[in-house]
Amino acid sequence: METAYKRKEVAHFVYKRTRSKSISFALKVFVSLLMGLFALVMIIPFLWMISTSFKVNGEVFDYPIQWIPNQWNFENYKKVWTGDNPFYLYYFNSLKITVITVAGNLFTSAMAGFAFARLQFKGRNFLFLLYLSTMMIPSQVLLVPRFILFDTMKLINTHYSLILPGMFTVFGTFLMRQFFSTLPGELLEAAKVDGAGYWRTFWQICLPLTKPALMTLLILTFTWHWNDYEQPLIFLRDKALYTIPLGLTTFVEEFGTDYVLSMAASVSALIPILIVVVICQKWFVEGITSSGLKG
Amino acid sequence: MKQLWHKAKFKEQMAGYLFILPNMSGYLLFVFFPIVFSLFLVFVDWDYLKGFEGIRWVGFGNFQELGDDTKFLKSLLNNTIFTIVSVPVSMLLGLLLAVVLNKYVFFKQLFRTLIFLPYVSSLVAVSVIWSIMYNAQEGPINEFLRSIGVSNPPGWLSSPQYALIAIILMSVWVTIGYAMVIYLAGLQGIPKDLYEAAEIDGASKLRQLAQITVPMLTPTTFLIVITLVIWSFQVFGPVAVMTQGGPIDSTYVLAYHIYLLAFRFYKMGYAATVSWILFTVIFIVTMVQWQLQKRWQHYF
Repeated sequence: METAYKRKEVAHFVYKRTRSKSISFALKVFVSLLMGLFALVMIIPFLWMISTSFKVNGEVFDYPIQWIPNQWNFENYKKVWTGDNPFYLYYFNSLKITVITVAGNLFTSAMAGFAFARLQFKGRNFLFLLYLSTMMIPSQVLLVPRFILFDTMKLINTHYSLILPGMFTVFGTFLMRQFFSTLPGELLEAAKVDGAGYWRTFWQICLPLTKPALMTLLILTFTWHWNDYEQPLIFLRDKALYTIPLGLTTFVEEFGTDYVLSMAASVSALIPILIVVVICQKWFVEGITSSGLKG
Repeated sequence: MKQLWHKAKFKEQMAGYLFILPNMSGYLLFVFFPIVFSLFLVFVDWDYLKGFEGIRWVGFGNFQELGDDTKFLKSLLNNTIFTIVSVPVSMLLGLLLAVVLNKYVFFKQLFRTLIFLPYVSSLVAVSVIWSIMYNAQEGPINEFLRSIGVSNPPGWLSSPQYALIAIILMSVWVTIGYAMVIYLAGLQGIPKDLYEAAEIDGASKLRQLAQITVPMLTPTTFLIVITLVIWSFQVFGPVAVMTQGGPIDSTYVLAYHIYLLAFRFYKMGYAATVSWILFTVIFIVTMVQWQLQKRWQHYF
């Protein structure tokens, strides 16, 4: 009697399981469709931007929206890329600033992080505490004194004013220190026994193992500097020195209601980087998630 | 032997200092010194156009000025509204999307990437796009609203009532992807057997969501809330590009106030004071969050 009851219960459970599986397939199709709709709504601004950038001014606000222009107009892009202040110049500036800043930041952060995590020296804890205490200071607090500092150093209106402060970050040092502390102690012991100096221990043994942390820092600092608007706005004057976001806003201000041109400029500013994000989406997602969860 | 040990110790000390030297020197010059300098600026009135002669010691005068500065008070209010509205909305939508994406859809990765795109885009560029889409007379958003029967759609960026909402809407669009991605990572950390046990006990999916998923995600929620609150209090680009604080100061925010004070009016001392208020707000919010999180951890 009892076994029969149990069998019935098990059968019921199995029945429920299989039923819920077949339901979940139908459900999954339905939910996927809904999600597809939502994702489409999310990227409509991008699609609208691309579509508009190929139109002529009179057609911008046609409704219902003409997603595929009647006539493809490439003149806008010609103006954006070969005008008085061509976009390739902004790209060059942004690339230069971002690459140097990110590389410098990775390098100095890794070195300092290694020392804070793995070397014994007097004042280590005090210095690290000093770093930590300034970690929460928002960039707005630094802007005013840095402007005065750079002004006295005659660095205003140079790329140095953007590159130099970006190369030494508290956040990067903190991130790298946390990661270096997780490496097993035996590794360093072994290196010592083999007679490797501190530099070799750092560069050849430890650094390759911190690739995930370096990747996180790379992604975060790259997106931050590439998209930064406030600092270039304050520190740069000559249009020839402008970065992409700053170049874009000047362009938009200059041509005002010439929306088609603004959209061509926006496409030029956004699409290349979005393609990079889509190709490397795994890194971007991992970089942005791990920064907070592991810290 | 002892001498050798001393020598090794000395070498390690030297290595330590050399390793932190590059970062430390940059840190002292570009982070630490500016912070100290900024704390000094709080107590002075400095008309920067007059150079160093323009410095005048005012003690706590800058703080007294804050109370009469209607633009400052307005910006504090706007930042608060911005945060209170945008953070919960982004968070809830992000949670919903993450739960759904985690289990109930095909093409999970494709959807994740598409929804994440706004967050990695340049805020300035998306502000340019949205400001044209928000065009009150003939922009696509209002055309759409009219086509579904809203006869008198809002004026968005040109209307004092709706400009802040318009910027909040765009910011939610930007930050949903962030919340979703962090929640997705948080979901990976919940042990599967919790759900299996609940399943056997006959708990419905909705109950599982409310009693397993949401409580287990609390640390993730804290992280998202802190990040988004800080993000919203520092918001600058969208305001600078879309509205310049207007119309009638309806979108005036702290970061924009600091920017205008320092780099339009060159009132360095007062600008520094406002920037420290911004820091204080961020600091208090973070501390409160921390305490709440600590208390939460006691329960479990």
